[in-house]
This record gives sequence, structure tokens and C-alpha cells, in this order.
Amino acid sequence: MNLKAYPEKHSWDWETSTKEIANISDWISSFPEVQEIVISPEGERIAAIVMTEDDVFSVCVNGELWTNTFEKAWSLKFSPNGSLFCIGMNDDEWTVIEEDKPWEDSFDYVWNMKFSPESPGVGVNVRTSEGYGVALNGNPWDSKFVQMRSLEVSPDGKRAAGTVQLTSLAEGDVFSFKKGLWGLAVDGELWGTNFLNVWDCVFSTEGTKVAAEVRLVSGRQTIAVDGIPWDQEFKAVWRPIFVPDGHDVIAPCLTTDGWRLLVNGKSLWNKSFNQAWNTVFSPNGAKLAAVVSPEFGRWTIGVDGNVWKNSFGEVVLAPVFSPDGQRVAAVAKDSGKWTIIVNDVPWIENFDMIWDPAFSPDGLHVAAKAARGSDYFVVVDGKNSNQKFSKLGAPVFSPDGSRLLMKTVEAGRYFRKIVPLKNLL
Amino acid sequence: MGLPAIPIVSDPGLDETVKGLTPEKIAKVVNRIIDSETAARFKVYMKTCVHCGLCSDACHWFLSNDRDPRFSPVGKVKQTLWEIIKRKDSLDPAFLKECSRIAHTECNVCRRCSMYCPFGIDIAYLLMVVRRICSELEMVPQFLQDTVNSHSVTMNQMWVKQDEWIDTLQWQEEEAKGEIKTARIPLDKEGADVFYSVIAPEPKILAQLIGNIAQIMAVAKVDWTMPSFDGWDNSNMAMYSGDFETMGRVERYHHEAALKLKARRIVMGECGHAFRGAAYDGPKWLGWKQPPIPLIHAVDFYHELITTGRIKIARKFKTPVTVQEPCNIVRGRGLGKKLREIIAATCEDFTPPYPDFEHNYCCGAGGGVINCGPPWKTSRVKGNEVKAKQLAETKAKIIITPCHNCHSGIEDIISGYKLGMHVKFFSEILMEVMEIPDELRA
Repeated sequence: MNLKAYPEKHSWDWETSTKEIANISDWISSFPEVQEIVISPEGERIAAIVMTEDDVFSVCVNGELWTNTFEKAWSLKFSPNGSLFCIGMNDDEWTVIEEDKPWEDSFDYVWNMKFSPESPGVGVNVRTSEGYGVALNGNPWDSKFVQMRSLEVSPDGKRAAGTVQLTSLAEGDVFSFKKGLWGLAVDGELWGTNFLNVWDCVFSTEGTKVAAEVRLVSGRQTIAVDGIPWDQEFKAVWRPIFVPDGHDVIAPCLTTDGWRLLVNGKSLWNKSFNQAWNTVFSPNGAKLAAVVSPEFGRWTIGVDGNVWKNSFGEVVLAPVFSPDGQRVAAVAKDSGKWTIIVNDVPWIENFDMIWDPAFSPDGLHVAAKAARGSDYFVVVDGKNSNQKFSKLGAPVFSPDGSRLLMKTVEAGRYFRKIVPLKNLL
Repeated sequence: MGLPAIPIVSDPGLDETVKGLTPEKIAKVVNRIIDSETAARFKVYMKTCVHCGLCSDACHWFLSNDRDPRFSPVGKVKQTLWEIIKRKDSLDPAFLKECSRIAHTECNVCRRCSMYCPFGIDIAYLLMVVRRICSELEMVPQFLQDTVNSHSVTMNQMWVKQDEWIDTLQWQEEEAKGEIKTARIPLDKEGADVFYSVIAPEPKILAQLIGNIAQIMAVAKVDWTMPSFDGWDNSNMAMYSGDFETMGRVERYHHEAALKLKARRIVMGECGHAFRGAAYDGPKWLGWKQPPIPLIHAVDFYHELITTGRIKIARKFKTPVTVQEPCNIVRGRGLGKKLREIIAATCEDFTPPYPDFEHNYCCGAGGGVINCGPPWKTSRVKGNEVKAKQLAETKAKIIITPCHNCHSGIEDIISGYKLGMHVKFFSEILMEVMEIPDELRA
């Protein structure tokens, strides 16, 4: 597999104000079926799985078809470094295809394509005649399991882990289940400990350790790190995270006085909540934010234990830090309308839907894709550009923060636009 | 029409687990649940009940078991919770087994009795407290617990593997395309108007229902999606076993799947208990006052499609029909009128059951009772003779059941009492009567 280095945003074209990349209407008139479009991070490519003739599928990229065709294809995605992947099947053999080139190995089934968050690396869950496992960067694990239900790729893209079933279970066998038939496999190697359940797992920053939510016995959950459970047990826990560049683990846990954030089993913030989840560290690891519910039915953000004054009645999504870690933004919903809140100040405008906020490199501006009815908009610092699009990619700030990359579909045509930020403020 | 008396059955989930219980273990759990997990509501209900027994005639179990007071709602509370409160530090294991039998297998927590209680006491909630105590002591009927185990591992109730789920959707998309050339099941589509969720029996044993919805969505030109990842199953038997931590996790996956895909709303397939879990019990355990994304039941959705003309009716269904009104969407959500309206729009010969709407009897399968499995089937069917009589009196041939538990439960009633009727989901009726424009036909 060709693992390209991540392109820096500096190398993207930040000068050409408008490029028409593709005429999607032509695709629709050329092919019997055009599936959902995907747009590359730098906006230079747009792609979709298309049916070329009855029961024959391929991928159309900027109007050009891949040479490979498939009986079935799905999960078309651009990786963070801009490579185009999908999962395809011919003759009942499934594999991953990167940029029109299939992996050498094929499998009985392939799903759950995951990219490493910080560097090239792609993994999938696979099923073969020998059992369930993982193929990472084209290389299948040697070991196979009775079942596998998750996949996490390490930040460097070189390791993978997931929840595995260790022995089969007969229908209704509640007694064998109690023995703990589930474990975690890291690079195909099992943790030495079995559990009733193993749920979400996470790698440490440098990828040497793995933490996961586990259930020890009925009614007792905790966090396990490299297979070793915390000493403390709880009625419930949520997904842990590692403190960046370290091995301390933080997780929301349901204690006798409510949900708390704990570090290695000890109280972190001196507060309990009606709910707490979606913990996120700032890029430099100095600050920690989480979605918290200070009282039933109210939702907001807590940063280093300080709970924002503004709260929302319906939902608040995972917080996003500015690059310098000084500001935090999150998607929030109240009274049926979506907006964004930045450092405890909600935007005034609201929408039928809004996507995750993106900070400018200096952290001073926030942009997001939003929708009203079937129209899509770019919103910057709460101000709606009022240009309506029929489809829209996520906006991206230029490295110097002076421009915004907008990926727009208008009247069936896909455009890559570079817009001065000042025009949007 | 009567069946033989309810036999004593063995259930390893109870018979084996009870051996490990001690009065001390029981007392610890009972005290924790009563002291820490119940509050004013529980105390008010317990102190308000005047033991009048007016709830009795509400219960299909009471009516179907020779008006035996043991099967009345208050009788079930008397045999369980009153004893638990009275002697909570000296409860013996055999008593807990009785509690599970009564609370898990002889009450459908259908809440019909609340309407008959002069004080409106939510008696089903009290039986849910009993279930919670039993669950915390692992005293849960074997097959119900197996379902909960499946939920805890897979986030679906029938041990459906991730690859099996996706493979089934792809297969059903192919099937649907064989009928309607534009039919698709868009996986993981971001920003769709509808996130459609189902319960696990659909991919496991009733996959054609997924193919049907793909055709309906194509004809109605609905912008929709289904997730390829966990969170697709909207059902929740953990809610009914008393394992609220697993219930919460399952509901979080369901709602977060829709949030992740930026769907405008969730449309749930034809299941009543799943609606209760997703709309009420699950969100509340997690801290949401209401679901974070608007959530509607299939009956609401079909009503919208038909009344807005997105689905046109080409011909009406001629066979005489009646309806089983699922407790959790009719008594629990008030969808009875809309259900009647879509039946009126699609069926020529409808006879309502009596009593009906929110006063209709439970199917006897809901509340997790059918999930208690084969050992309890005889008592479940025997415990709903009143339903058999009610259905027989309609003289209908088809019973429309917009709920999976109702569907299976009514099938058992039909078989047990030899009613000679059949059940259909509403989507199956719709598939037979909706207009498919020629240009969409494969």
C-alpha cells in the first residue's frame, strides 16, 4: 500500500478564487445511479460510487471513472491525507480499494473502515473462513477470532485494536456469558483478561498503551488499561481518553453522587454531574473539556472543571478546541434549533442543522457548515454568508487564516472557492 | 375458549441463579434500590394506594385467569413490593424467584391499569422497581437475560454481527431494486432527512421488511439513511429486565448514531416498546428531557406520507381487518387516531376491536414478556384469553399490528386459540396498496 505523507495545507491552492471541478448533473445524466458524493480535504476532487450498467459499479472522480468495476461497492471516503478509498466486491470476495488499486488480499467481508487521526493509516474489520480480524494498511492480522465488533487505529496508523469474542456462545447460554467471553485484541494479540463486555477502546498518543470501557460482572463497570482494570468500580463508565503524551487515563464514571470525570480512578474535577461524556483535550494537552449536564435536561460544556453559564435544553455535541487551546466551541441545540456556542457565548442565528465548528489558525474565528431546509450555508462567527448551496463540504481556513476554502455544489456543478475571510465577516 | 391452568415451569435463569442468593445479598440490593434509586414518586404511589382493587378489571391477566386476585395489578404489587418493603432485611431467595416470575412474566407493564386506578398510580412503574431489584440480583428469566446480554455486546437484541447487518441491508437493497429501480438503502449518508432504525428481528428473520421500506422510501422519494455501525437497533429489552445501565448505553448508541450522521429526524420501524425506550425511558436515564433529535414512530411516518400525497393508494386492501393497538404508541403516545386514519386510507373493510384506542388490551407479549421465551409461552397465551375473545368478535381475517412484540404475541394468541386469523405489519398492507409509478418499476 502506498502511504502518502500528509499534504500540508500550505501546499494547497489558496490563490485561485473559483475552480469548477466537475459537473455533477452530467454524471446524473450519464449513469443510471449516482450515489452520495464525497469531497477531498483540499477540495480538488469530488467522487461518487456510480452504477455504470446493471449491477456494475465503479467510482467516478471529477468525471473520470476508475478502471476497476465491482458487483457491489460502498464506504467511499477520502482519508484525512486525501486518498480515496472504498470497499468493493467481485465474485463474493471483498477488499479495500485505494485510488483505484485494490489491496492484494481479499476477504469474505470487509467493513468498518477507519483512518488514523494524525497520520496515514487505514484499517478495516474483516471476516474470512478462519474467523474475524483486522487488516491494517493492507496487511491482515494472522490471528482470527470468533467475532470482532470494533476497530481503533493508533494515532501513528501502525497499530490497531478492537473488541473480540474469545469463544462461541450457544443461544440462551447466560451462564457461559457470565464467565466473560470478550476481550481486546491489539495487533492481533489478546489482552490477558476477559470481561463480560469490552466496549470502546483508545490508544495512547504514542500508541503503546490501550484503554477500554469494560464490564467486570453484572452491574460493575470500570476502565481497563492494557487489560488491567482500575481498582475502582462503577455502575457505568463512558469512553476513556489518555492524557496526551502520557499514560494517565481519564473517563466519565457513574459514582454514587452522579457522573464524575476520573483520572486513573481518582476524582479529577471536584464536581459531579447529571451526565458527562465526550471528553476532549486541547491540542497541547493543557486543557480538558467535556460535555456535561449540570442538571436534568440541561447541557453545556465544562472546561477544566469550570462549567459554562449558558446551557441548552436538547443536546450539546463534543467540544472542539482552537489550535492554541484557548477557545472552545461546540454544536448545541435548543427548542428544535441548532447553533454553535464559543467560549460560553452562543451564536444568535440558529439553523435546522449545523456541522462541527472549525477554528482559524489564530483561534479568533469559527466557521461551520449549516443548513436551513434543503439549503446549505457557510457561517463564520455566527454570521450567515447568505449564499445558498445545494450541497456543501466542510469549510477550511487557510494556514494564515485570511481565507476560507469553500466546497460548493451549485446548480449541479461542483466549485472549489477561495474566499477572503473579510468578505464573510 | 379457555386454556388449561398455568403450569409451573422451570427456567434456569431463575432456578439456578436463586441458588446463589442469600437474605444478606437480597437486603443489600433492596435497600440500595429503595433508598437510592426511588424517590418521591415511589413513596407517593406506595402511600396513596388504598388497596381498592379497581385496577383489577384493567388487567388482561386478571380477566383471563378467572379473575384470580393474584393476577390483578394490585395483587402483583401486594405479592412483591409490599412484602419487599415490609420485610426487606429478611427476604428469602425463593421469594425473589416469585418476584421475578410475577414482575417479569405476568405483567406486561402496559399501563392500562393506571387508567383504572382512581389515583392514576403508575402501577407498572412499581412492577418495574421489582424488576430492577431482581435484575440487580441477576434474577431474570433466561431468555430475557440472553436478549439483554446481546444488547450489552452488540447493541442489538438478537446477536446480529456487524457484517451480517450490513450484508443484509445490501441484500435487501438488491431485492428492492428488483421491484423499483430507484430503490436504495443509503448507508451512513450524512445530513439525510430520515435516519431509519429497526429492531434486530428485521435483519435476523424478517429481512423483507427492510426491503419493503426501501421500496416505500423510493416511491415517496424520501431522503433517508441507515447506519452501517452499531446504533441501528432501536429496541431495548434491558429497559424491561431492569438493567438500566445497559438500557442507557443502547439508547445512547441509537441517538448518537443519528447525531453522527446529522440526520434531521429518526423514524422508527413498527415497534412499540422500542419507541418507549427511545422516546422516554432511555433519554431520561441519559439526562435528555426528550430525544435530542426528533423521533417518530412508523405510524406517524406513514400517516405523513399518505396525507401529504407522497404515497398514493392505488387500491384498497379488501380482506376484513382489525387492529392491535400497541400500548406504547397508542396509550403511551396517542397515535391511535393516526393509526385509524392510515387504516381507513388503505383498507376497505375495517372492524374496530372493543375496547379500543387507549383502552385496548395489551397483546400480552410486550413489556419483555415474550422475550422470557418458550418456558413462559403457555402462561403468556393463557393470560390473554380476553384478547382472543376480543379479536374473534371482530370476525376480521387480518390483524394489523404495527409493533413487533404485538405481531409475535398476537400470532401466538391466534395459534393458541385457533382463531384462524393472520397478522400483518402496516407496511405489508401498504406494500400491497400503494401506487408505484410505471417509471419507477424495474
